[in-house]
Parts: sequence; structure tokens; C-alpha cells
Amino acid sequence: MIDVKGLKKSFGEIDVLKGIDEHIEKGEKVVIIGPSGSGKSTFLRCLNLMEKPTAGEILFEGKDITKLHEKEIDRVRQRMGMVFQHFNLFPHLTIRKNITLAPVKLGLMTKEEADVKAEELLKRVGLPDKADEYPTRLSGGQKQRIAIARALAMNPEVILFDEPTSALDPEMVGEVLELMKQLADAGMTMVVVTHEMGFAREVASRVLFMADGYVMEQNTPKEFFENPQNPRLKEFLSKVLV
Amino acid sequence: MGFIDSFKQNFIEADRWKYLWDGLLTTLEITGAAVLLGLFLGFIIAIVRCTYLKTGKMKLANILCRIYLTVIRGTPVVVQLLIIYFVVFASVNISKTFVAIIAFGINSGAYVAEIVRGGIMSIDNGQIEAGRSLGLNYRQTMTYIIMPQALKTVLPALANECIVLLKETSVAGYIAIADLTKGGDIIRSQTFSPFLPLLSVAAIYLVMVMFLTFLVGKLERRLSANDRR
Repeated sequence: MIDVKGLKKSFGEIDVLKGIDEHIEKGEKVVIIGPSGSGKSTFLRCLNLMEKPTAGEILFEGKDITKLHEKEIDRVRQRMGMVFQHFNLFPHLTIRKNITLAPVKLGLMTKEEADVKAEELLKRVGLPDKADEYPTRLSGGQKQRIAIARALAMNPEVILFDEPTSALDPEMVGEVLELMKQLADAGMTMVVVTHEMGFAREVASRVLFMADGYVMEQNTPKEFFENPQNPRLKEFLSKVLV
Repeated sequence: MGFIDSFKQNFIEADRWKYLWDGLLTTLEITGAAVLLGLFLGFIIAIVRCTYLKTGKMKLANILCRIYLTVIRGTPVVVQLLIIYFVVFASVNISKTFVAIIAFGINSGAYVAEIVRGGIMSIDNGQIEAGRSLGLNYRQTMTYIIMPQALKTVLPALANECIVLLKETSVAGYIAIADLTKGGDIIRSQTFSPFLPLLSVAAIYLVMVMFLTFLVGKLERRLSANDRR
């Protein structure tokens, strides 16, 4: 579904991604781990062109999206959901409006259809009674579940998760991971940048280790955690798996 | 001469109160129209500046806007008024009130632009990213997500700009417009008693400013109440 070829990204003098080749299949759950500054978030943000790559190709369903015009990029983004570390809910809108804004304004659904969809999604994320609340009234975990519902409202082909639990209080991490597991079981294609090793082990179909702007190693979760090859990965795992 | 006599002389005789009344109407007319023009110009300039700062587009328009901001904020409003009346519209026979509206509107636009730009830039970039990641284009993201939030934060500052403008129009007399200030001054020149006419003018401004300030305070309280919902 997504093909990445020779992807490079620099911010000024700093080379963050130094050449990444990757292939993501439909239905795959790819989890990316690595030390901070390794480029994993930048890689994720390049996939929906939140960051413009400096070099390389990103093929989404066979089309190189790095060469597209602004309008076509918007259309690609409609089919790639994104969930952010800091939720980024719209504070001036009710939860219902947060979910329905994009599908309605983009002309994909009527207001009525979108409202029905929102009800359905709120039930799915376990917050059916919050439709008329404003985001400030929700806990961090609830906010992130709404952010996931907002992404789902667009019926995306794939959802990109950028450290979705890093800004949460520890007791709220579980509810968000649980919801992500449900999504995974339902067959959603997911690319997840996270520090949650348990989630990687349990849900990932493939785990990628990034460091210094490269994908250093990748494998099935079992092999990845039990039999790491790269010395950097061994060192990283020894620090995070205590 | 007692207060009663002085009052009669300054306001009752020869219907002199009309100078103040007509002047007040002129002041309100100029202020109201200039506020609208200032908001219109200010918003356009703020959007151009922010679009450039956030996307790098509209480079030329941004340069023009910066020149405008520098010149308008770097020169006194009286000088701008005189230039627009005696230089720009020198050869055109045009209503002085209209000239004043243009001058004060252009002047206010520069300050409004900076207020609104500050408001837009204060909104977290994550809000734009959230909008864009859903497939909304830049304009839709600005219209439905950024502007409503920015507007809420800058509303009190914009209201204060209106109050400032109301007082600034008192220099309209420089191009012989009979506004409120000029009205009081005309009475003074006729009766040779400066005390009552000028203090009345000051009192009228003060009452209007206090009333508007009261409204701004109410507005601020309502906005902050919304934050706690």
C-alpha cells in the first residue's frame, strides 16, 4: 500500500532521515521504536507529507505522492488518518463537531450522515455520552480516544499514530492502547511510533528499529525482542526492557 | 458671571449646543466607518502575513504589507490625515468626512493587522496540522479551525482598538471637520470662555469611553466563562 524509496529529510543542516526504503502492506501493523532524535516521528510525518521529504519517493497505492500538487495531497490525506501525541482536538468545537467537521466540510457526508457516523464512532471508542461536551472537559485518555474517532470518521485506509500515549498519565495509557488493539483486530492498517514495548510485542505484525536516520533492524515482534542482531538495538532494548 | 449664565451663554444662546451634538454625530460616523475599514484592512493584512509566515506563499504581498505597517505605524496619524487630504485627494472635490474615514481606517488597519496576526500566531501549530491531516486545505483549516479560535483571543484587544480610534478622531479638526472636539472649540472661540465647552467635550468622550470599556469588560467575562465550560 505504501512504498518508500530512498527517503531523505533534512532540516537545514541537520540530516534527520538519511535514506529509508520501506514497504507497508495493507492490513499491516507496523510499530516503529527507537531513541529520541532517531527520526521516527519525522519518518511518520513524511508519510502524509506533514513534512516534505528532501529526496526520495513515497508511493501510496502506486502513485508517488511527493510529486503531487497541493490539492491532490489534500485528497491523499483524506485517506490517511493521523493521531498526534498532543491530541490536537479543536477546543472551540463540541466533540460531535470535532468528529464531523472534516467529512461535512469536504462534502463526503451530509451533516445528518456525519452525525450518525459520529454516534457510531463514539460508541465504538466507549464515549457515547460525550457528544455535546467540549474537549477541555475530557481527560487525556478520553481526548485521545476522540482524536482516534475523528480520524476514523474519514474512513481512512491507514492511520498514522505519532506517539499516541506519550502525553498521557500512566493510568490512561491502557484505555488508548486497548482501543488501538481493537482497531488492529478489525484489520486497520496502522503505522505506530511508540515507546510502548508491550503494545509492539502484542499487536505489531512487524517492528522497526530506527536510529540516526536509518531503519537499523526490523523483524516480527517475537524475533525482534528475543533475538536482536544490531548492537544499537541490543543496547536500546537493554535500557527499555528492565 | 455665575455658572447658570455661563451655561446659558455657551450652550443655549444661538443654539450653540448644536455644535456639540452635530460634532458628536460626525465623530461617531467617522469612528464607526473607520473601525469597519480598519477591521477589513487589518484582517486581510493579517491573513497575508500569516500565510507567508506559515507557508512561505504570498511573498510579494507580504512585503507590501510590511511596508504599509512600517509607514503607518511609524508616522503620526495627524500627518497621515493631512497628507491624504492635501496631497492624495488634493485635486478631487470630496467630502472631508469621507477623507477622514479613509485616513483613520487606513491607520487603524495597521494596528488591527498586528493584533489579529498575534492572535493567529498564538494558536498552536498542532491545530493546523490536525486540520491538514484530515484533508482540509489551508483555507478551510484557517476558516473553520484557526480563525474562530484566534478571533476569540483577540476580541478584547480589537474592542480596545475601537476605543483608541474614537479618541484619535479628535484630530479631524486639522482638516476643518466639525467633529466633537472642533464643536467645543468653535463655541470657545465664539464665547471666549474655554472652561465649559472644553470640559463638556472631555466629559462626553469620557462617558463614551467608559461605556465602551464596560462593554469590553462584559465581553471578556463572557469569553472566559466559555473557557471553563
